[in-house]
Amino acid sequence: MSEEFSRPVAGHVPVLRLGDVLLVTLQGDLHDSTAQQLQQDLSETIARSRVTGVVIDISGVEIVDSFLGRVLAEIAAQTELLAARTVVAGMRPAVAITLVELGLTLPGLRTALTTEAAMELLAQPIVLSRSDGLRQESP
Amino acid sequence: MPEHEAGGTLGTPTLEVRDFLRRRREQIAQRWADEPLFRTVFTVSRDEAVEAGKVVVDALAQVADSQRVEDPDAAGFTGVREQLARMGAARSRAGLSATQMSSELAALWPPVENLLVADLAQASPEGLRECSTTLSVLMGTLRLVAMQTALSEGQALIDRQRLQLLEVATPVIKLWDGIVAVPLIGTLDSARSQVVMETLLNAVVDQHARFAILDITGVPTVDSLVAQHLMKTVAAARLMGAECVVSGIRPAIAQTIVHLGLDLGTVKTRASLADALGYCLHELGANIVNATPDDAGRR
Repeated sequence: MSEEFSRPVAGHVPVLRLGDVLLVTLQGDLHDSTAQQLQQDLSETIARSRVTGVVIDISGVEIVDSFLGRVLAEIAAQTELLAARTVVAGMRPAVAITLVELGLTLPGLRTALTTEAAMELLAQPIVLSRSDGLRQESP
Repeated sequence: MPEHEAGGTLGTPTLEVRDFLRRRREQIAQRWADEPLFRTVFTVSRDEAVEAGKVVVDALAQVADSQRVEDPDAAGFTGVREQLARMGAARSRAGLSATQMSSELAALWPPVENLLVADLAQASPEGLRECSTTLSVLMGTLRLVAMQTALSEGQALIDRQRLQLLEVATPVIKLWDGIVAVPLIGTLDSARSQVVMETLLNAVVDQHARFAILDITGVPTVDSLVAQHLMKTVAAARLMGAECVVSGIRPAIAQTIVHLGLDLGTVKTRASLADALGYCLHELGANIVNATPDDAGRR
C-alpha cells in the first residue's frame, strides 16, 4: 500500500515521507489537474499513514495563479481536519507580491522561509499558547 | 503653403529668407553675441558666442530650405537642440523663469529684422513684408523649439531625481540575525510602497529573516490607502514565512486610524522600533535581561 504513493508517477508530484512529515516539492509550472491530483493524493496519504505534518516547498515555482493559491489553502484546511499541519515553504518574493495583488492573502496558511524552518515549525508542539506572541494562524 | 502663392519675381519668401540668412550669417551671429541670452551663457569668450550663433543661423537656413518654417519638428532643428538645451539649462540655473527665457529669445528677433530691412532695401515693400513675416514665423518656431527643449530637460531631471529618491528612501537595515527593519520616511504612494515591498521581501530572502519591522515614524499621515499598502506588505511577508511588525505609530496616527475605522487587526503593531525589536528578539528566544528583574524585552 505504501509503495503506491511513494513512487513517482507521470503527471504526479512525488510525495516523500520523512518520519512524521510528508515533503512535497513543487517545480516549475504546475498543471491544474496535477495540483488537484496532489490534493487528493495528500489527503489519502495522511489518512492512511498518520503523519502530523506536511511541508510543501514552492521555492521552484515562479508563477502561482489564483487556482494554485486556492489549492494550497484547501490542502491546508483538509490536512487540518485530518489532524496534521501544512506549512508552505520558500515562496518567492515575486510570487508573494502577485498573490497579495490578487487579493489572496491566504489567511490560515502556515508559511516558512525555508524547508528547514518549516520542519522546525512542525517540530514545535501544536499548542503554541505560551505567550501573547502566539501566531494566530487558524481563524 | 502660403509662402508659395506669394512667389513673384523674387522667388518664394522662404527661399529669399534662406538666402538672406546665408548671406548675413556672420553679421547676425555678431549681433546675437551681444544679446543677453548669448552673452550670459557664453561668458568665457565672445568668439564662442558668435560660433554658437552661427550654428543657430545655419539651422534656421536649413529649415527655410526645407520650406517648413512653421514646423518645430523640422529636420534642421535637430542639430541645434542640444545646444539650445545647454543654453536653456544655463539660464534656468541662473534662476530665470520660463517667461523671462521666452522674452530673451524674443529679443533675438529685432537685430535680424533690422538687417533684413537693410538688406532688402531695394525690394518692393510687398516682398519685404512677406519676407519679414516668414522670418518672424521662423524665429517664433525657433523660440518654440528652444522652450520645448528646455522644458523636456527639466522633465528628464525630475524623472531622474524621482528615481534616485525611490532608491535612497528605502534602505533595509539588519537589526539582528533574522530581524530586518525598513524605516519609512515621507509619504507612501503606490510606487514607493511597491519598491518598499520588493526590497523588503528580497531582504527577507537574502538574510533569512524571520521578522521584518516596518517603522512608520517618518510617515506624516496614515490614510486608508497607506494602511492598505502596509497590510499588503505585511501579507506578502507572511506568505513568505516572515512575520511583519509595524512600529512607530505615533499617538496622533493611532487616533487617525481609529477614527477612519481602519482594521489593522491582522497586523502586529508596536509603539516604537525598540518595542518591536524587543518583541522580535523575544520571539526568537533571545531574551534581553534588564538590571531590574522585570521582563524588559516584552511589552
